[in-house]
Amino acid sequence: MDDTKQTMAIEAKGLVKVFGKDRAVDGVDLSIKKGSVYGFLGPNGAGKTTTIRMLATLLQPDEGHAQIFGHDLVSETAAIKSRISLTGQYASIDEDLTGIENLIMISRLMGYSRKQAKARANELLHAFSLADAAKKQVKNYSGGMRRRIDIAASIVVTPDLLFLDEPTTGLDPRSRNQVWDIIRALVNAGTTVLLTTQYLEEADQLADRIAVINHGKIIAEGTSSELKASVGMSTLHVSLFDQQDRDKAIEVLTQKLDDSVRPGSDPASLTAQVLDPSVVAEALGELQKENIRMTTFSLGQPSLDEVFLTLTGQPVEENAAHEEGVTR
Amino acid sequence: MTQSFETNKQGGANGQLIDAIASSERPSRPNGLSSSFTFASRALLRIKHVPEQLFDVTVFPIIFLLMFTYLFGGAIAGSTSDYLQFLLPGILVMTVSQITMYTGIDLNNDIRKGIFDRFRTLPIWLPSALVGALLVDTVRYSMASTIMIVLGLILGFRPEGGFPGVIGAVALILVFSFSLSWVWTTLGLIMRSEKSLMMVSMMVLFPITFVSNVFVEPETLPSWLEGFVDINPISLLVTAVRGFMHDAVTFEQIGWVLLASFIFTIIFAPLTMYLYRNKK
Repeated sequence: MDDTKQTMAIEAKGLVKVFGKDRAVDGVDLSIKKGSVYGFLGPNGAGKTTTIRMLATLLQPDEGHAQIFGHDLVSETAAIKSRISLTGQYASIDEDLTGIENLIMISRLMGYSRKQAKARANELLHAFSLADAAKKQVKNYSGGMRRRIDIAASIVVTPDLLFLDEPTTGLDPRSRNQVWDIIRALVNAGTTVLLTTQYLEEADQLADRIAVINHGKIIAEGTSSELKASVGMSTLHVSLFDQQDRDKAIEVLTQKLDDSVRPGSDPASLTAQVLDPSVVAEALGELQKENIRMTTFSLGQPSLDEVFLTLTGQPVEENAAHEEGVTR
Repeated sequence: MTQSFETNKQGGANGQLIDAIASSERPSRPNGLSSSFTFASRALLRIKHVPEQLFDVTVFPIIFLLMFTYLFGGAIAGSTSDYLQFLLPGILVMTVSQITMYTGIDLNNDIRKGIFDRFRTLPIWLPSALVGALLVDTVRYSMASTIMIVLGLILGFRPEGGFPGVIGAVALILVFSFSLSWVWTTLGLIMRSEKSLMMVSMMVLFPITFVSNVFVEPETLPSWLEGFVDINPISLLVTAVRGFMHDAVTFEQIGWVLLASFIFTIIFAPLTMYLYRNKK
């Protein structure tokens, strides 16, 4: 291939997409290395889907330019299409057809002969643990099965670059782990993956680099540890027995931790960013001494809300109308 | 089967997964004809799984033919059997033209589901998705025509053009319907919902099929209306189909229908493909 020396899967500069008055994507720069997993982290309506749709040749950018494996996004779409695959947010398969019929159809469209298509479809159904459901209509599949058949359809011919738009949204934890295993296996085989997610944990588990997106702009970019370092290593959540005690509790914890202690959304809860988890036990001991009773406490990774709070100083804004425009 | 995934995760399933990913080859891309046939077989499979969608080409034509023959026959032609000779070619055209709009509805449904995006990111000749669907629609139109003609024969329809005349008539209807379908695919790409698409399609179809020579001779109409009826493409088709069936067709009549079909196709097929490629 002409691009063996090419080390970048995606290079984009100043991508902009405007819907009416709304700058859905507002100047996005990207450089994504071949063979890596890149995560877009952001709330609904942040511009994640629109960016992916532009990079997958489904939407033309209004400004800026991008290269996929060295091919120009606008003028060389045919060359790009033969190397990418897209698994959208909604099942990108025919729900009235059975699993095997869908995979045979896609295999035929990718150029397999009738016989090869059937063999490939069966191979994928077994690999994705869908063999028993091969002859069921996809509309009768569970959420996790649907996701798997959808990804199977995307890798009939293993793509060099796979776009996954919120691959695990709405899945139960076990199905989510199955999807993660599939993504890891693909990356091991050399596929570059660009995925979007609303969960920091998912980005952390899978992605080599993460871009945090809000209002069409990348507001932070880096490896997962860089990102976490910038928002605090972990987050302490405390629920108090009596909400009257909260002000006192904040005061006590601020002395022991730092001034990142904030009231939570529930009137009896509070959160704090913790750089050194070892001081947490001590701080909670202080609460005990002051006779402040807790119902629960936990130490975990910061949630998307907290990442946003730290990066933007504002909580996540849900913008349903915006998302509507994006998915059209 | 999700169970087996869980238990085999370390060994079997994961190994299979890795093999499946590694064993993928990159076949050369299919030609347009082959991908069109793949899309046609998709449409046939959909009929197999959702046979209700054949209602419009089976039950619909029967109801239409019976209803209009017995409703208007006595009033317009004095007897239902006389009227049937006049009405059948027209009602055949009207029914098939009306069911062409389902082509647009199917496309509109694909867009609102994710599969439209999947097709557009495949390295294939894009129009094949529509050409394949239209090929199967042609089969559906043939079914509707056959059902109506057979029922007509039972009710007393006697085409003087005989079998060749009937075949010629149906062939002309199929050509016209294929061309007209591009109008609905264009609308299917523009309209946001199935409901609004249905409404707009009806708003176009009802006037052009009723305000035509399907039910009455245009000479009985006020002159301003007659002017419209005479240039209505549906009327042109009905005239040629009547000609075929009653052995009086002229090259001019056929020529007008082909010209109308050509105009529909040359405007709406490229427009459909433009919208298909650039759909947001």
